[in-house]
This record gives sequence, C-alpha cells and structure tokens, in this order.
Amino acid sequence: MRVTLFTIGMILSSFHASFAFEVEDHRIYTAPMPTQTIRVISTADIAAFDPLIRTFQSINQGITVDYTVASSTEVMAAIYEEGAPFDLVISSAMDLQTKLVNDGFAQRYVSSQTAQLPGWAQWQDQLFSFTQEPAALVISDALFAGLEIPKNREQLIDLLRVHPEIFDQRIGTYDVRTSGLGYLFATQDSRNTDSFWRLTEVMGRLNTQLYCCSGAMIDDVYQGRLALAYNVLGSYAENRLAHEPGITIVPMQDYVTVMMRTAFIPQNAQYPDVAGRMIDFLLSKPTQESLVETTGLPSVFDGASDKQKALRPIRLGPGLLVFLDRLKRQAFLRNWENSIRQE
Amino acid sequence: MTGLLPKGSMQRRLVIQLSLIALLLSLVLFLIVRGMAERAAADTQDNILAASATSIADALFAEGGQVRLELPYSALSMLGTISEDRVFYRVLVDGETLTGYDDLVAKAALAVPNQPEFSTFEYRGEQVRAVVVTRLVGSQSQQALVRTVVAQTRLGLVQISSRITLWAVAIGIVFFFVAAGLSLWAAHSALAPLNRVAGAVTRRGPSDLRAVQTQAPAELVPLITALNSFIARLKSSLTRSEDFIVEAAHRVRTPLATVRTQAEVIHRGLEKSKNKTALREMIRAIDESSRSAGQLLDHAMVTFRADQLQTEAVDLRKLTAETVERLSPTAELKDISIITQDQGGDFGFDGDPILLQNALRNILDNAIKYSFSESDITVAIGRDAHNHIISFADQGRGFAGANLSDHLQRFKRGTNVNDIVGSGLGLTIVDEVARAHGGRVKINNNTDTKGGGACVSLYLPLV
Repeated sequence: MRVTLFTIGMILSSFHASFAFEVEDHRIYTAPMPTQTIRVISTADIAAFDPLIRTFQSINQGITVDYTVASSTEVMAAIYEEGAPFDLVISSAMDLQTKLVNDGFAQRYVSSQTAQLPGWAQWQDQLFSFTQEPAALVISDALFAGLEIPKNREQLIDLLRVHPEIFDQRIGTYDVRTSGLGYLFATQDSRNTDSFWRLTEVMGRLNTQLYCCSGAMIDDVYQGRLALAYNVLGSYAENRLAHEPGITIVPMQDYVTVMMRTAFIPQNAQYPDVAGRMIDFLLSKPTQESLVETTGLPSVFDGASDKQKALRPIRLGPGLLVFLDRLKRQAFLRNWENSIRQE
Repeated sequence: MTGLLPKGSMQRRLVIQLSLIALLLSLVLFLIVRGMAERAAADTQDNILAASATSIADALFAEGGQVRLELPYSALSMLGTISEDRVFYRVLVDGETLTGYDDLVAKAALAVPNQPEFSTFEYRGEQVRAVVVTRLVGSQSQQALVRTVVAQTRLGLVQISSRITLWAVAIGIVFFFVAAGLSLWAAHSALAPLNRVAGAVTRRGPSDLRAVQTQAPAELVPLITALNSFIARLKSSLTRSEDFIVEAAHRVRTPLATVRTQAEVIHRGLEKSKNKTALREMIRAIDESSRSAGQLLDHAMVTFRADQLQTEAVDLRKLTAETVERLSPTAELKDISIITQDQGGDFGFDGDPILLQNALRNILDNAIKYSFSESDITVAIGRDAHNHIISFADQGRGFAGANLSDHLQRFKRGTNVNDIVGSGLGLTIVDEVARAHGGRVKINNNTDTKGGGACVSLYLPLV
C-alpha cells in the first residue's frame, strides 16, 4: 500500500498557546481522510519518531497524529500541573512517568500485546516500556589519543585527576536541575556507587559544561569541544557513530544504568482506544524487531542484558518516587551544585 | 415374597447425611482457608507499610531546631516488591506538611509514639490502607511531634484475595468430592454385613430351617439371634404339626382296617340289595379315608427323607420294573395292560430308593386309578441330553383345569375326578421327590395316542 502522507511542520497551533509548558517541536501528521486525531506528547525527537508514526498511520487508516516534543520536565508540567489533554505520553524520565501514574494521571490498558511484556517492563497495567537505553560514556577519539580508556568510574576519576590539562572545560554532562533524564541518571548513579560524588567533585573542579540534551553533548564531542561526555544516551551516540566515526562509546565494566522509555494513556485522553492501538503498535513484534534500524532505539525485548553483565536496568515502581520527594530533591541538588560548581 | 414396600433406604440416607456433613465441612474449610489467607495477606501489607513508615521515621533528624528528612530509598521501594500498588506518603511536623502529599490525611488517635496505627479509607478515587507512625524528634527543649503517614492502594491485595478465593473454592470442592466418595464407600461397607445376612437367608431353599450361621458384626447379632430363635420356633411348630398329622393318620388307619374287615363280613352276610348297596358305599368311604391317611403318612415320610436326603446307587430300570410288577395285580383287576418301553442304556442314578419307589408307585397308581377298563398304560424309560425320563402314559380322562401344574400342589385335584377316590397328595409327593433329587415332574395330556389320556414324566438329572 502506498502511503501518501504530508507533514505540516512547525505549526504551533492555538492548542499549545493555551498552555504554559514549553514546546520544543511540533508536527501534525495528517491522514488522507482523517477521522480521529490523537495528540502525543513525547521527549523523543521528531527525527527519531518519524518512521514509527508513518508506519503506524499506514496500518491505522484515518488517524491524524499530532506530535509534540517537550523536555521531560515540561511533559511533567503539562500533565501534572496544567492537565493538558493528550492521548499518549511518551517519556524517557521513568521517575516522572512513574509519579504521574502513581498519582492517578494514567488509565489502565490491557491487550494481548501488553500481556506479553515482562513484569519488570510495565507497571500497574498503565505504564509500558518499549525501549531499553543504556547511559554511556562517550569520548572523543582525537582528544583521547595516547590515553588509556577507563574501564570503570574509579579509573575515570584517576584519569581526570592526572590530566587536568586535557579535561579542563572539556567534560560534558547533563544539567540535572533542568533535565529530567539527567536527574534520573544522576540519582541512580548515587544509589549504585559511592564514587559518584567523588566523580562529580572531580568533574566540578575541571569546570564541567552542563547540557540540556544528549544530542548537543554528542555534537560537541564530535567537534572536539568536549573530550568526554558522561551519562549520554548510548542509543543516540550509536546512531551518530553509525554514520560518522570520531567518537567511542566506552563500555563501563562496573555498571551501566539502563533507562526504559515508557508510554501511558492519560486519564483525560480523548481517544484512549486509539492511544491503546499506538501502544500495541509500539510493542508489536514487527515494530520491536525493526526498532533499532528505524529509530536507533534498542528494543525492550532486546537481550541487551546478556551481552554485558554490568547492565543495571532502572526498576519501575514506587522506589522511583523517592528522589522526586521535595526534600530529597532539594538535598540532592544542593549536594550536586556544591560538587559541580566549585568557584 | 410379600409386597413389602421399603420405607427409605439406609444406605441412601447414610450417604445423604454424610454428604451434607461433608458439604458443611467443605464450606467451613473454604471460609477458614480464605479467611486465614486474606488475613495473612492483609497482615503482610500492614507489616510492609509499618516497616516503610518506620524507616522514614527513623531517617528523621533535627538540625538547627528544624526537623529534616532524607527519604530512604528503601522506604518506598520496599512497597513495590510484592505488588504494583500506588504509594502515597506524607510527613507532618506539628501538623504542618514537611514533605509528601499535602492532601493525604489518615485518622490517628493522638500520639502513642512508635505504635503504628492502621486505617483504610478512600484517597484519590481508590481504597488505600494507611499507617501512621508518630515520633518525637529533637532535643528535650525543642521537641516536635512528627507523624509519618504511608498509604498504599489495595489492588494487589484484591488480586491476592481473589486468587486465594479461587484456591479455597477448589480446595473446598475437592474436599467435598473426596468426602462424598468416601462416605459412599463407608455407607456401602457399613451395610455390607446386612446384605450378606440377607443374601444368606434369601438363598435358602423353602424348607431349609437351619439356624443362620453367617459371620456378622456385633450390631447385627441381636437381629440374627432373633431370626434364629424365630426359625427354631417355626421349625418346632412345623415338626409338631407334622407329627400330629402322622400320629392322627396312623391312629385313624388302624381302626379303619378293622372297620373295613367287619364291613366286608357283614356285606357278605346281607341279603337285601338295598342294604348291600349302602354297605358298599360305606366300604368305599372307608377305603378313601384309609387311602388319604396312607398318603398323609407317605407325604410325611417323603418330606422327612427329602429334608435329609440319603443317596445310594440305584438302577432306575430295576425300580421301574419292580413298581410295575407290584401294581400289575391291581391293573389286571381292571383288565389294564401295562406296556413297558425301554430305550436301553445305563439308568444308574444316585438317589433314595425308597423315595423314588414311592414316587413311581404314586404315578402308576394314579394312572391305573384313572384308566378305563381294558385300556393300555405305557411306561417308557429313556433319557434326553440332561435327564433320565420315566414317563407313564394312560388312555384315561387326562388332566382337566387351566393350569396343569396346579395338580402338583397339596390337596389340589383335577376338576374331572368325579367318583375316583383320591387325596390330592399323590402328585405332590412325586413333585417333592423329584425336587429333592434335583429333578422335576412334567405333566401333560396325550395328544398323539388315540383317546388322549394323561402323561406324567419324571425327569431326573444325569449324573
């Protein structure tokens, strides 16, 4: 079947104007003979999700997809505070997604597809994982010439201490104050190892650059502005690496945090059934099998955990709510700021 | 067998009662299993909630006069270990929210420190189970009352409970069927001795009046004792009446012989034919009574011997020949010729010769009695596949009456006997002798020979 789809890009509709959350990107995939329009809010770039949406539309005729891209904290704000009427919420910030579900913003969805998900990949029949994405250390091949590549965080700390001349102002990581995913990775690090705080202090002493997004960090590593980027989304880096050499994704042997991209149907969804079909589509065998090829995102069914024993997937569940606690977050950010900003 | 209508069945009643008991027990078992399991599941949730709240309370500390908290990771993650329930918490310092969900309010009787208090209520559209742990935090001078509330929805509990209910139902049903099956078996085996006794009594022959000797459980001993004593009384009463009949017959027969002799003498001396006729009538009546008494004695003898059958090897051919020979003079008086037919072969048989002789004599006697003068009686001795057959065919009046086998009953005679003297016991004796030897008597009317007549055949089994 030939699918003729046209995109109407970059139109910030009046819909968004009525809300305060910040939109990064927006595109409407109009179906030839539209009968329903589902609104999707997601943290994934249009470029990454584009093929998925088109395939979805070719299977489900007459459904126009209104795709809004926002950062995970803005997604949280849109749903939690403003009650924006979306039909499907997709985000990489598992903790925020968990909080939204826990606090009753999601609705139940059960289908033959969701039933096939392993228990750890879904929560309460409301939150469904469809990718498994590791956090990675990405280094610039050019700037690391002659240096030994660290195998774990202790070696990384040693390396940074020994070569301040190389790494000063050339380390990048998430600004955990603004990036939901960065906060998730950092808090999981703090749980997993005691050396996290030492690493943060060392990085602070070397005037680490703070970023909003993985894409920007990877760009800067390619361009030589950064020697290394810590806690970058590995899937993004691998995508770039497939097209262009110049960086190396370092396999950490102490542990690798693995994030799962999750989706849920909000309580106030207009077309929960269509959103359910979208979830089924995301979890379906053909989609999952071609996920890496089409979007660069590793499948949730991928046996990634077999390849590397150090993988430590973040578990869905109430534990994720802990670092969202106001006091806990305040304390964590205060510690982090004290470590990373050392004038 | 009389038409005894059973009033209920012990076995059915026993099975129904035991099954009802099993049903009741199954129900009780179901309720207990479900109740205990649900209690256990609820306790588990309560324990985890209490552990969670306690670990939060333990993490409270005072700093610069202010209560602070570093929420422990395990405090909330432990709640996710057994179910996927939603979790809410709130920490209040002197009634002010320190952190958590501002609108989470759990009932708590005021301040019994360290004692977790549980309650169940509706929160955000769902039933939640909540625990409150109260602590005093701070130094002596600046103590703050801190309450930690942790709540969790009960979906996991509902799931567990429905699963448990399913199991409890399954256990109850299985228990019921096993118990019902066992009760069926128990009822059957409890009643088995009764059936055994009933079977032993039912299998007996009609004249078997021995005491019941079956092994029986204690409960049945009174019944069997009563039955045996009844049988003994019946037997003695029967024996008494038989003795009485024998005695009576005997006492009647002897004087009758004297009377008959005297009557003959008088008859010979009488002149008047009128008186002669009257006396002949008298002698006839005396003959009839004498013969009846003789038959009664024969019958009593046959009954006695048949009850305690003593067998020896006899030759049926010889017995038949003797009988024919003995009755020949009587037959000759009526100019009746007895024709003997012999199929040949061996007619050896195990039996009581006296009984058999008696039976043969009765048949032949009957045949002669009911034959017309100058007619033939054919005595045939032969066999079929299973029996020796000795048959006596006459050319007399034959049997009359709808049911031929009625003739074998005591004191039953044909409807066409008219003036012939008879007691109605002859064929009964024959029948009893045949039965005592495992054989039978067949009576029918001749259709093949001219003039009809009766045919009585004695069937005795081949050894």
